[in-house]
Amino acid sequence: MNEAMVISLLLGSLAAMVPIALTSVGAVISERAGVVNIGYEGILMFSAFFGAIFAELAGNGWVGILGGAFVGLLFGALHGVLTVYLKGDHVIPGIGLNLLGAGAVAFGIRAYWGTAGQHTVPSDAQISPLWMDAFGNSLSPMVPITIAVAIVAWWVLFKTPFGLRIRAVGENPEAADALGINVELYRFTAVLIASALAGVAGAYLSVDWLGTVTKQIAAGRGFIALANMVFSGWNPLIALGGAFLFGFFDNLAIYIQNNPWLAGTIPWQFIATLPYVVTLIVVAGIIGRARPPKWDGRPYKRE
Amino acid sequence: MNLKNELRGYAKPVAESVLAILIGVLVGALVLWFSGYSPLEAYYWLIVGSLASTDGIAETLAKSAPLILTAITFAIGARTGLFNVGAEGTVYFGAMAAIIVTQYLQNPIAGLLAGLLIGALWALPAAVLKVYRGVHEVISTIMFNWIAFFLVSWLAVSVYYNPKDPNSTLPIPPSARLPLLIKGTSLSWAFIVAILSAIIVFIVMWHTKLGYELRTSGQNPRAAEYGGINPKRSAIWSFVIGGMTAGLAGAGLVMGTPPSYAITQGLANVHGYGFDGIGVSLVGRNHPLGIIFAGILFGALSAGATAMQQHAHVPLEMIKVIEGIIIIAVAVPGLLDLFARPFRRGEA
Repeated sequence: MNEAMVISLLLGSLAAMVPIALTSVGAVISERAGVVNIGYEGILMFSAFFGAIFAELAGNGWVGILGGAFVGLLFGALHGVLTVYLKGDHVIPGIGLNLLGAGAVAFGIRAYWGTAGQHTVPSDAQISPLWMDAFGNSLSPMVPITIAVAIVAWWVLFKTPFGLRIRAVGENPEAADALGINVELYRFTAVLIASALAGVAGAYLSVDWLGTVTKQIAAGRGFIALANMVFSGWNPLIALGGAFLFGFFDNLAIYIQNNPWLAGTIPWQFIATLPYVVTLIVVAGIIGRARPPKWDGRPYKRE
Repeated sequence: MNLKNELRGYAKPVAESVLAILIGVLVGALVLWFSGYSPLEAYYWLIVGSLASTDGIAETLAKSAPLILTAITFAIGARTGLFNVGAEGTVYFGAMAAIIVTQYLQNPIAGLLAGLLIGALWALPAAVLKVYRGVHEVISTIMFNWIAFFLVSWLAVSVYYNPKDPNSTLPIPPSARLPLLIKGTSLSWAFIVAILSAIIVFIVMWHTKLGYELRTSGQNPRAAEYGGINPKRSAIWSFVIGGMTAGLAGAGLVMGTPPSYAITQGLANVHGYGFDGIGVSLVGRNHPLGIIFAGILFGALSAGATAMQQHAHVPLEMIKVIEGIIIIAVAVPGLLDLFARPFRRGEA
């Protein structure tokens, strides 16, 4: 293993870390407030699609990222109204959102660009890297942004009154309510922040990292992010580290598939299962110690 | 009297599902309109393609068969308090197992049993992870779906490929195929298998001790435990029975769908049934009888999609959009009350 290979693997892992980290950090915030959402996969799909459209219309990748956040926010608002205000089931809307995302993006690629299943985002609508070398290795500005987001999220959750209230409504909403905290408002806000972050992650897939929109662009990352959230013990900083680990295996699978020597020895399909197998092993190994917030996934109704 | 009460119990969920379907159709029309298509034309061809001819009806019922079976997978999970979304990957394995086994035992029963068995086996890891390691089943089954996709793809491309047709696996041998119910259509015994499975699951879940244990574990796990029901046993049975019906769905798909009787490239013809089954189950209120109707509805959507794409030039993925909206509408708590409230107020 030489130096160039290490650099390439490291940068690739950082790029793969971004969507998982952003989505996990969002999921941590939402579940700390007591709202489960398994619809991140669908949000990633939608925001990858609409993020690319916004970026192409504006000729600027950052507009795509903002557009992705906006789309995430809209779906978050839907989930928030259903779960926080109407006290509905936390899991079923996510199932619907995931199906809708998969269908709508496949439909949208054909309806909007007229191509089947895949659309390449033009380079002027992509985010230009901070740094790039002659071998095609690059570092996206989204990498430091993601690291900053995770640190800020940790600081807000554990060091500010706002964060304390978010954790209070997820841990013991009755007590929080008795202290005059608006449980529904804090829960709803947490859901919005979470979905906006997932929206940024989705737009990053299309206007930055992959530079394309496909009908399977999320590729299970919304669920890997949920696994990573459990792995992190609902802590944004550990979620960042976990995302790097998952990103490493996600990237390793792509790397090995593109390496003719290794790809000849092992069928590429086996290597492609790697991120999913690692997710299972990590989650199975860690879970005995994981303790979710007490009111996670339970609607709060005032007596 | 008793029957009347029972019917009344069914009336509300049925009305709610019908309302959710209407919302799906209406919002779907808006999406079509915003995307520059004519909703009327799209829906016209959707209906003509699925219900206006014998071929259409046969196609509708044929498409509904795997959906009914994968919906049952989800429904058994939901009734046991589990979100088992692993039917998707199990369908791939069921189809592959039927192809492999019928190469040696050229008999439809052998193929169906192979699907059933592999379905039960492939469900076990997720069950064990859930029961002994506390791994949430949504995460594990989604991961297993992806793993199944790549493993079955490998089997399809590298081991059981058709030397005469690079785009598909070896076909099911003619003597092991499920007989067609109407000649010249794609409606086969797979539909009968699906209906029979739904009835059997209904009997097991509502008229046996095992079913009672499973449902009690789902409704009130603590009460179940006090009552001497082992929740671990319930969870494992729930995964295993659910796996069996999903495996059967895959086997029935390849054994009963002309002309290829094989898995096509990229698993294209066995793909998506597991996820659509979740929608079918939710619209069918996680009940085998509701699922039969919801399955036929979703079957009609996918049967009509081809005609809609051909004549109204609407991408056929549009039906997934409608399905997704229907499910989100089903998730709205007290949907019916929400709509009925203004009217009731008017009365008073």
